[in-house]
Amino acid sequence: MRQPKLNTSPPVSDEVRQTTCYMCACRCGINVHMKDGKVAYIEGNRDHPVNRGVLCAKGSAGIMQHNAPSRLRAPLKRVGPRGSGEFEEISWDEALDIATGWLEPLRADPEKLAFFTGRDQSQSFTSFWAQNFGTPNYAAHGGFCSVNMAAAGIYTMGGAFWEFGQPDWDRTKLFMLFGVAEDHDSNPIKIGLGKLKARGAKVIGVNPIRTGYNAIADEWVGMAPGTDGLFILSLVHTLLKSGRIDLDYLARFTNAPVLVNCDPKSPDYGLFLRDDAGKPVVMDRAAGKLAAFDQPGVRPDLNATHRHAGVTHVTVFHKLANRYLSNEYAPENVADRCGVEANRIRMIAAELARVAFDEAFELDQEWTDFRGERHATMTGRPVSFHAMRGISAHANGFQTCRALHVLQILLGTVEVPGGFRFKPPYPKPVEAHPTPHCVVTPNGPLNGPHLGFPRGPQDLALKDDGTPARIDKAFTWENPMSAHGLMHMVISNAHAGDPYKIDTLFMYMANMSWNSTMNTCGVMDMLTDRDENGDYVIPRIIYSDAYSSEMVAYADLILPDTTYLERHDCISMLDRPICEAEAAADAIRWPVVEPDRNVRGFQSVLVDLANRMKLPGFTQQNGDPMYKDYADYIVNHERRPGIGPLAGWRMDEDGLTEGRGAPNKDQLDNYIENGGFWVGHIPDEAQFYKPWNTAYQEWAVGLGLYDAPQPYIFQLYVEPMRRFQLAAEGHGDRQPPEHLRDRIREKLDPLPIWYETDQQGNDGFTVSALTQRPMAMYHSWGTQNAWLRQLHGRNPLYVPSALMREADLKDGDWAHVMSPHGKITVPVMEMAALNENTVWTWNAIGKRRGAWALEEDAPEATKGFLLNHLIHELLPPKGDGLRWANSDPITGQAAWFDLKVKIEKADPPDAAQPDLPPLRSPVGKGPGVLAWKVGK
Amino acid sequence: MTQLPEHTEKSLGLVIDLDTCVGCHACVVSCKGWNTENYGAPLSDQDPYGSDPVGTFLNRVHSYEVQPASGPAQLVHFPKSCLHCEDAPCVTVCPTGASYKRTEDGIVLVNESDCIGCGLCAWACPYGAREMDAVAGVMKKCTLCVDRIYNTNLPEEDREPACVRTCPAGARHFGDLSDPGSAVSQLVAERGGMDLMPEQGTKPVNKYLPPRPKDKIGEDIDVLAPLLEPVAEEQRGFFSWLDKALEKL
Amino acid sequence: MHPAPSVIIFTTLSGLGFGLLAWLGLGLPAVTGIVAFIFFAIAFGLAVGGLMASTFHLGHPERALKAFTQWRSSWLSREGVLAVAALLVMAVYGFGVVFLSVQWTLLGWIGSLLSALAVFATSMIYAQLKTVPRWNLPLTPALFMSFAIGGGALMAGQIKVATVLLIVAGIVQVAYWIVGDRALLGSGSTLSTATGLRFGAVRAFEPPHTGTNYLLKEFAYVVGRRHSMKLRVIGLALMAVVPVLCLLLPFSHVLAAVAVLSHLMGVAVVRWLFFAEAEHVLGLYYGVR
Ligand SMILES: Nc1nc2c(c(=O)[nH]1)N[C@H]1C(S)=C(S)[C@@H](COP(=O)(O)OP(=O)(O)OC[C@H]3O[C@@H](n4cnc5c(=O)[nH]c(N)nc54)[C@H](O)[C@@H]3O)O[C@H]1N2
Ligand SMILES: Nc1nc2c(c(=O)[nH]1)N[C@H]1C(S)=C(S)[C@@H](COP(=O)(O)OP(=O)(O)OC[C@H]3O[C@@H](n4cnc5c(=O)[nH]c(N)nc54)[C@H](O)[C@@H]3O)O[C@H]1N2
Ligand code: SF4
Ligand code: SF4
Ligand code: SF4
Ligand code: SF4
Ligand code: SF4
Ligand SMILES: [Mo]
Repeated sequence: MRQPKLNTSPPVSDEVRQTTCYMCACRCGINVHMKDGKVAYIEGNRDHPVNRGVLCAKGSAGIMQHNAPSRLRAPLKRVGPRGSGEFEEISWDEALDIATGWLEPLRADPEKLAFFTGRDQSQSFTSFWAQNFGTPNYAAHGGFCSVNMAAAGIYTMGGAFWEFGQPDWDRTKLFMLFGVAEDHDSNPIKIGLGKLKARGAKVIGVNPIRTGYNAIADEWVGMAPGTDGLFILSLVHTLLKSGRIDLDYLARFTNAPVLVNCDPKSPDYGLFLRDDAGKPVVMDRAAGKLAAFDQPGVRPDLNATHRHAGVTHVTVFHKLANRYLSNEYAPENVADRCGVEANRIRMIAAELARVAFDEAFELDQEWTDFRGERHATMTGRPVSFHAMRGISAHANGFQTCRALHVLQILLGTVEVPGGFRFKPPYPKPVEAHPTPHCVVTPNGPLNGPHLGFPRGPQDLALKDDGTPARIDKAFTWENPMSAHGLMHMVISNAHAGDPYKIDTLFMYMANMSWNSTMNTCGVMDMLTDRDENGDYVIPRIIYSDAYSSEMVAYADLILPDTTYLERHDCISMLDRPICEAEAAADAIRWPVVEPDRNVRGFQSVLVDLANRMKLPGFTQQNGDPMYKDYADYIVNHERRPGIGPLAGWRMDEDGLTEGRGAPNKDQLDNYIENGGFWVGHIPDEAQFYKPWNTAYQEWAVGLGLYDAPQPYIFQLYVEPMRRFQLAAEGHGDRQPPEHLRDRIREKLDPLPIWYETDQQGNDGFTVSALTQRPMAMYHSWGTQNAWLRQLHGRNPLYVPSALMREADLKDGDWAHVMSPHGKITVPVMEMAALNENTVWTWNAIGKRRGAWALEEDAPEATKGFLLNHLIHELLPPKGDGLRWANSDPITGQAAWFDLKVKIEKADPPDAAQPDLPPLRSPVGKGPGVLAWKVGK
Repeated sequence: MTQLPEHTEKSLGLVIDLDTCVGCHACVVSCKGWNTENYGAPLSDQDPYGSDPVGTFLNRVHSYEVQPASGPAQLVHFPKSCLHCEDAPCVTVCPTGASYKRTEDGIVLVNESDCIGCGLCAWACPYGAREMDAVAGVMKKCTLCVDRIYNTNLPEEDREPACVRTCPAGARHFGDLSDPGSAVSQLVAERGGMDLMPEQGTKPVNKYLPPRPKDKIGEDIDVLAPLLEPVAEEQRGFFSWLDKALEKL
Repeated sequence: MHPAPSVIIFTTLSGLGFGLLAWLGLGLPAVTGIVAFIFFAIAFGLAVGGLMASTFHLGHPERALKAFTQWRSSWLSREGVLAVAALLVMAVYGFGVVFLSVQWTLLGWIGSLLSALAVFATSMIYAQLKTVPRWNLPLTPALFMSFAIGGGALMAGQIKVATVLLIVAGIVQVAYWIVGDRALLGSGSTLSTATGLRFGAVRAFEPPHTGTNYLLKEFAYVVGRRHSMKLRVIGLALMAVVPVLCLLLPFSHVLAAVAVLSHLMGVAVVRWLFFAEAEHVLGLYYGVR
């Protein structure tokens, strides 16, 4: 018999439409293959700067998300009690009338509205809306996500890891990864690791759990959770002690040589010595004279001491060396607490030093620094770092992230070949960021952007009487540098009426009654709690979701969004763009298919609401709306003259241009023609040393990233923190409350410190409990996806071998897991490649019965669970009459990973506990069989 | 065509790097997506939104823990699809001739219109590389994306398997393993590429590159320790070292 | 392996049917007319019924004819061809015996041989599978053949021979269990060879998906050891001990019926075990056997 004849060239599709993935926040470019006008297959866009053709599991499963039975179909008005899931479908007219009817009266008293958004990617737009509405109560989800990482990076070096920058994957030879399971830069990290592996470069993974990236790491440091800061400072100690640091780099590019006031009695104690222009000064080694740090030709001295007006000043480096040379940080003295052998710490330090200095190399590329000095080459230090929530989501996370930045700066490996590189619009120093704004004017806009980076107590968001101006108490003495707000405190504060009561809670894309909240059951109670009159304590809740999530059930009015393939979106340079270290880039989404349901893109709905309320910023002089919808806004909005949401294909007198330019009515078509994105390459001379590189600064100004060059030096010592300390020491007129004085003095140390996270009330709870992102699932969204949920349809608690024995457990058994706050009962599974005192599970796999259009006995509900039930937004009582937040005292970042538990064997229950009653599905249930094929 | 060809002109297959695979399942889902829409019947799912979802997949990623004699346990992510065996037992057992190995490139395929869905080929495969589709009632397996790798409707650079094209870490390589000069053959030679279950005598074409040795940093103390020679024992000493070092800059 | 009712019914019934046909082809018992008709009807009923059952688990029974094409390499195809050939030959032979009361001896012998070969081919479908070490044994054909011929003899009323053959079948069965229990270990396939990971002890960690799949349903059926011991004893008793005892007692139709029924049930039980106890090496990948 002959083998069959096969057509090996079947047609692939009728048409390919290129847009941006939104199965997660990585924003890869996708080719959507269409057949008969339907989505047939999704693959990566090879030309796209983010993913270069590859696509993750979620991205490839986009077709199942787009067709998920859980998609909301029309605006919903609640008809049953809150939390029941009983709704009635209504028209958009009615929905928008209701929303306007609730919102418009609040403009007279704008703080009555709290508008918080989740992991959407339009924060420059939503914040603009909130600002023009006039409410001080706006933030996105960063406060419970990774503000420690972001803020520590900005304050220290003008950008963090993650969306701010990336290792020089092509040149790095030693890559050290702290506390990352997946991260936002999902595909780029994998592409990068692949490059390292192909070259045989070394990867060190620091993580209590050895899965994913840490599984392929050549070295695994199975660290005790929360102790990274100590470990890093011990590396710093070891490197300092042996002089393995980049002195030239420190002198030129950091505030190591800046002089600091050392007089404890001075009101400027610990602040920088500044010249008349207010610039920090250094001692010029060549001239032996003081000079502004950026003075041309200056050779800053790291070892200077200077007496000025009777006050001794020493360099930042002096202070730093004194602190970290202390034996307190010797490997022997930290080893036990970190759970890493002293010798291993030493050898890792040695390896860092070896690669940074012995494998240094020169790139043949001239460049000029901000002091006007011309350099013949660029020196590569092929060591790089990346870190994320593993170090960020602890109550000592801000300082730990700072410590890591200090480590990489001491090695001279930031913004150099082979090291860590920023992505435009970063680097961007604190000075280039706004400060927080909170001044309310009835019927007028807020006095400025809500979020920012406080330089000191003067920037706190406090009312004249000293009470918090914001519902989430961001930028108060409790968490003075809460640059992203505190979304995780909104519901509990609104419920408590502390600092004040609100009327309407308006939320977008955040599953706040389930996986994105702490104290999940408590939050559900707050959302459904009624006052003495029988009215809801939080009177009104408006929510926009695209799917039948757990949160939908707790809102009064649902504004259903489209899927990501059905709307315009803008991934903007004003926000969190898709830039790479070599290039600026931004992107759009556009409706590659029209919705087949009565849903609307939420941003367009916001434009509509703004128009109905005639919000400033959205309304022309004559009272007509400025923008018809979001697409119109994307094209025509200008934040500053010539600067709009999109940088590509703008207009000047000669035609099309980039960066600065007038709006171009065909801009979206230009993007679509180019695959949905725009890239502007950074010139070769500007590729490295960006904060100090004249060529880069000029390029950035040209593009409109900022209006004038703004070179700056890295802040090993963060002066704004010192200003808060000074206040706590009694200086200045804005004073912290007494109960917070000590904490601020201690924790806002301008040089990184490590402290034990607050374990008060945790006695007996000795095992760390963590979650990790599964690579193939995005929070709660993945579950509605028929393909992805087969990969992760339930989640066991992974328990280290010794603990399994101790608790008499074997695979498939169930255990009670208890924290000071609560108890859950869940299935367990053994794992050996795990820190011996840590248990963990996949994040957000557990689901509420009835949500996501799943059957009520779906494994996600019966065998899946959330650790969130065990985590409270407040720490256990200490007996001081106060409840302290379970957050970082500096930024307010939710300390998810400080959770401590104990476990004990349980009889198998019918379903994982707590087992909450099912929600009524507003969209029905999915089909019993899928054999999805749109082509013939 | 149940008999195996005496000889195939090429041996196309995959080389999977276990030192690089992060276990992300991207290859699993892109394979599901491509093969649902393309070659043969769609890969169906039963009870997709219910209590016991089960679907057909042609590529699945396992994970294993390995406890070496000394040092911490390691974890290995392990993707597995059809290995396109040279001595493919799945082919010879097939009663209908639906299963065959192509003479031109060695790809093992199921001709779905001949398949009676008896399941015997899946019994004969040691690797679990074949799955019966519950809706179509025919045997599904990795096609090595035979409808991509020669497809002139695709740009040249896309003529590779969907799983290879999508793998973010670059842990999957595709090529002709019968050609010792091919990039995949060279990788196999360099990295000690291995067969799965060689004792089964299937002679798999696909090869696996073993994980590189791990947790070795403590072992080269002699090389590394001198790097940490303190510049001075005392802090004063440190600052005078600093002065001297700065002199030299 | 998943003990699918269709394959258990198939192998049990068709084995017995072809066993009986084999005896009938040899002219044992040398019956004609209506008696012969009954014997042949039972034999055909069992053999054809079994074959029909085997098509129940096919995804596309309507294409079953295609399964006759690959007799050069496929034991399943050979089995089909041999079974049909045996049935055709025995049909002609049976026609002679029933309606013409003639025994075409040569044809009978051929039919008998084909019937035995059909059973052998069935057994080779399993015995050829290296992937199932417990089946990949010379004892597998021995088991199927001894069952078919012993059972056939019992059905054919060949009391003396049947007694001996059933004892032999029982012994083969026990031997099969003893050897089979060591087969997986002896096959050399381990999680270490399966994964090629040889630098330490390998343990299956997370499966590729949290739900089940075709492979797990089909191949990763696990019977508890205690369970299986009990079933072995019951199966052996029903399949060999009870019938043999019945045969040793003075003949009665009731006893004969008991012997046949007991044997049939016993075969079904041990066949269930044949499948349920068989470990497929792919189970190693899933950490199950
Ligand atoms: N235990 C534990 N809990 C955690 C964490 C942890 O590590 N451990 N991590 C925390 C962190 S960092 C984060 S960021 C949060 C994430 O928490 P959330 O941001 O709440 O995450 P999701 O579950 O993705 O919820 C987002 C909601 O957006 C909806 N949605 C999806 N697509 C669209 C769309 O196109 N339009 C609209 N309008 N809605 C859409 C989804 O249906 C879902 O209801 O979880 C936090 N919770
Ligand atoms: N596939 C997928 N991608 C996502 C998401 C998703 O849900 N799915 N979510 C997105 C979001 S919102 C975010 S915020 C990012 C988060 O991305 P990641 O930062 O990767 O977040 P997690 O998965 O929470 O991983 C935290 C890691 O830190 C480790 N860890 C915990 N405590 C410590 C510690 O004290 N020290 C060290 N060294 N490690 C520790 C944990 O073991 C875990 O591996 O991912 C984004 N990307
Ligand atoms: S990482 Fe995956 S889900 Fe996220 S945008 Fe990229 S392809 Fe989409
Ligand atoms: S896509 Fe690549 S890295 Fe991801 S699981 Fe597959 S082989 Fe491994
Ligand atoms: S891996 Fe299995 S299905 Fe693929 S050729 Fe080998 S035996 Fe056949
Ligand atoms: S299932 Fe199909 S391909 Fe497999 S052996 Fe049977 S007929 Fe052949
Ligand atoms: S080669 Fe094609 S069919 Fe085979 S596993 Fe990869 S994507 Fe699937
Ligand atoms: Mo997050």
